[in-house]
Amino acid sequence: MSNNIVLKKGLDIPIEGVAALETIKTVTPDVVAVKPTDFKGFAPRLLVKEGDKVLAGSPVLADKQNPDILLTAPVSGTVQEISRGDKRKLLAVVIKADGSNGSVDFGKKDPKSLGAAEVKETILKSGLWPSIIQRPYGVIADPALTPKAIFVSAFSTAPLAADAEFAFKDDVQAIQAAITAVSKIAKVHVCVNSESSVFAKLQDATLHTVVGTKHPAGNVGVQISHISPIKKGETVWTLNLASLAAIGKIFTEGKLVLDRLVAVTGPAALKTGYVCALPGTPVCTLEGCFDKDVETRFISGDVLSGENIGKDGYLGFFDNQVTLIREGRERELFGWAKPFRFNQFSSSMAYFSWLLPKKKYKMDTNTHGGRRAFVCSDVYGKVLPMDIFPVYLIKACLAGDIDKMEQFGIYEVLPEDLALCEFVDPSKNDIQAMISDGIDLMIKEMA
Amino acid sequence: MEENTVKPGLFEKGGKLGWLHSTWDAFDTFLRVPATVTSRGAHVRDSLDIKRVMIIVVIALIPAALFGMWNVGYQHDLAMHDLPGFWNQFFWGLWKVIPLYLVAYIVGLGIEFAGAQIKGEEVNEGYLVSGMLIPLIVPVDVPLWMLALAVAFAVIFGKEVFGGTGMNFLNPALLCRAFLFFSYPSSMSGSQVWIARRCGADAITGATPLSYMGEGMDSITGAGYSFWNMFAGTIPGSVGETSVIAILIGAFILIWTGVASWKIMVSSVAGALFVGWLGTAFGATDVPAYVQLVMGGFAFGTVFMATDPVTSAQTECGKWIYGFLVGALCITVRLFNPGYAEGMMLAILLMNTFAPLIDHCVTSSATKKRAKEVSVA
Repeated sequence: MSNNIVLKKGLDIPIEGVAALETIKTVTPDVVAVKPTDFKGFAPRLLVKEGDKVLAGSPVLADKQNPDILLTAPVSGTVQEISRGDKRKLLAVVIKADGSNGSVDFGKKDPKSLGAAEVKETILKSGLWPSIIQRPYGVIADPALTPKAIFVSAFSTAPLAADAEFAFKDDVQAIQAAITAVSKIAKVHVCVNSESSVFAKLQDATLHTVVGTKHPAGNVGVQISHISPIKKGETVWTLNLASLAAIGKIFTEGKLVLDRLVAVTGPAALKTGYVCALPGTPVCTLEGCFDKDVETRFISGDVLSGENIGKDGYLGFFDNQVTLIREGRERELFGWAKPFRFNQFSSSMAYFSWLLPKKKYKMDTNTHGGRRAFVCSDVYGKVLPMDIFPVYLIKACLAGDIDKMEQFGIYEVLPEDLALCEFVDPSKNDIQAMISDGIDLMIKEMA
Repeated sequence: MEENTVKPGLFEKGGKLGWLHSTWDAFDTFLRVPATVTSRGAHVRDSLDIKRVMIIVVIALIPAALFGMWNVGYQHDLAMHDLPGFWNQFFWGLWKVIPLYLVAYIVGLGIEFAGAQIKGEEVNEGYLVSGMLIPLIVPVDVPLWMLALAVAFAVIFGKEVFGGTGMNFLNPALLCRAFLFFSYPSSMSGSQVWIARRCGADAITGATPLSYMGEGMDSITGAGYSFWNMFAGTIPGSVGETSVIAILIGAFILIWTGVASWKIMVSSVAGALFVGWLGTAFGATDVPAYVQLVMGGFAFGTVFMATDPVTSAQTECGKWIYGFLVGALCITVRLFNPGYAEGMMLAILLMNTFAPLIDHCVTSSATKKRAKEVSVA
């Protein structure tokens, strides 16, 4: 049975550099990083020290609040470095791969025959529990809770996002196994973008077809708000396809397999396509895909919500996309006053981008203007297919007003859901950061 | 495109002229897009910024401003018969209006720059629009010192004390006009102020159609005003408010670019027609409702002032209510206050103060309704 969700609002950013549907290479990196910073709410405690030998699936970090929540090594090898930042914040555990493919045996299990407790235990042991995100707030799921439901978006509409049907073409069975497993914990909802999608045949889940392809239709937060909005006191969990594939393989293969097809995209990419890589792979292994002489921003994820990881950074745990864009430090003469700026995109009719509806733009990181107070009131709602008042929510976050944040729907959103509001904002505010600060305040105050 | 050249250290914070940083920055970013790159959040941004939004409004005002300049000369010629020819009239009007612009921009921007400098912030572009509006909504012969005082009042107490563009709750240009109106009524109303005179000459009498409002449609037509010349704008009035044609060109630009809300414009017209119709139906006036739309400052206010995104309602539903009440209040004032029949200024200022309340009602009823729906499901 399939239910339709019709979404009309949104915006597809016409940025150049969509990944060609071909696998360029398999990256076998020398080192792989486990980054606790990828997981909101994870307070890392080290379980290894430099020089320790680990297998794929060996615990590396545990959560201080809940020691059952582990992060495990994605490859077998030796712990090479514990990387720390300011105030000795743990940034990454860097593991030197030995290439032996040794892995911890979790034992093959048929998810159909398991109960909720066993499923939880298996996922916790494998180190994949942190891949389950709990809303409100987007933190690691609390294993002691039973959520209202579990949501999965089987497609992405983010700019230049990996094509899910291509990237996960070999993982459908593993994803099915994972859905069967987590359906023991709570009801699973899967959103697909068409009834002919390979994911439309998934069992043990309620399927929803999202009609309307504009971003952010593929954001799980938008889908939740149309299926079953999150009220105060409720929790829901979300999983992405890459995490589901890995969880499924714990059951079907009995070991931790995190390899995934990662889309290499963006206007600064010399070559686009897919590479087979592990989360935590150094982005410098994409040699040949970028021009070393151009100041490039390396983004793990998409241009709206991805993380700027720098040229020495590592692919994020949740990401199956790397976007390369140029840093935009050039100063265009009379930019704002020119009647025509055919090389700059604007969704607004105040420019003439509408004359070139098919054009793809070489976008860069320039903000195209200075930061101002909120002036325009109607640009934000047009790109947010949710039943909330975005500017009111943002202002409530800025004011730190808990009651108003609740009233305007802080439980339903994560920063990524308002990323397009940030893109179109003529006042150039960092809206995602404002929402994120608001969420942090909620976590602190409601604890 | 050009390479990023280093800003002179002179104007940087800590530099020798560091205290002029905001002023330097304003001119620098006026000329060239700033080199700032995104740091948190979305890595790419739309090329629309507030400068672009503001310049669109300025462009939309140009037809009304140009027409107003010509009309200043034309009205003078009608009364005195000493300015033959279109260009004579236009340049004479230009010569009359330019000082208003100089005063409005020098005083207003001066305060904005000083304010930004004191606060150490970037200069906001909002005043580019206010400065463009102010000369268009005053009688052309308003003494310049009065205008300067009013602009200073409007910018300081209407905007800067609240934190600048985006934080104000009253439209600064209208506040400027309200200040003039209540402080110096003899220079702002009556029948002596609407036609420009030559230096030192006596005032020229020429009443606006609105001043005949109380006496009914017959005296309006009797004074030589028809729907069509009021529509075209060849009548006495504030500089930019007379020509509905020029204002409609501006309205088209604003609506097409999405800079101003069409909902507010449409609902304001609806509100005006509704009360205008009530007025005729109950015998309060015999001026047909559609004539109200072309008289006085209604059209100008609806298109350029009521739609100010900062001081109007922020929610989409709120915009309908706000616009309707602006139009309705304007005509209500006209119907029941023949002594001062121009209701648009007061209607908009009043609704500016009520806009947050309208939004509050809209948002809280929507969130309450939603909470109920959800708990049923």
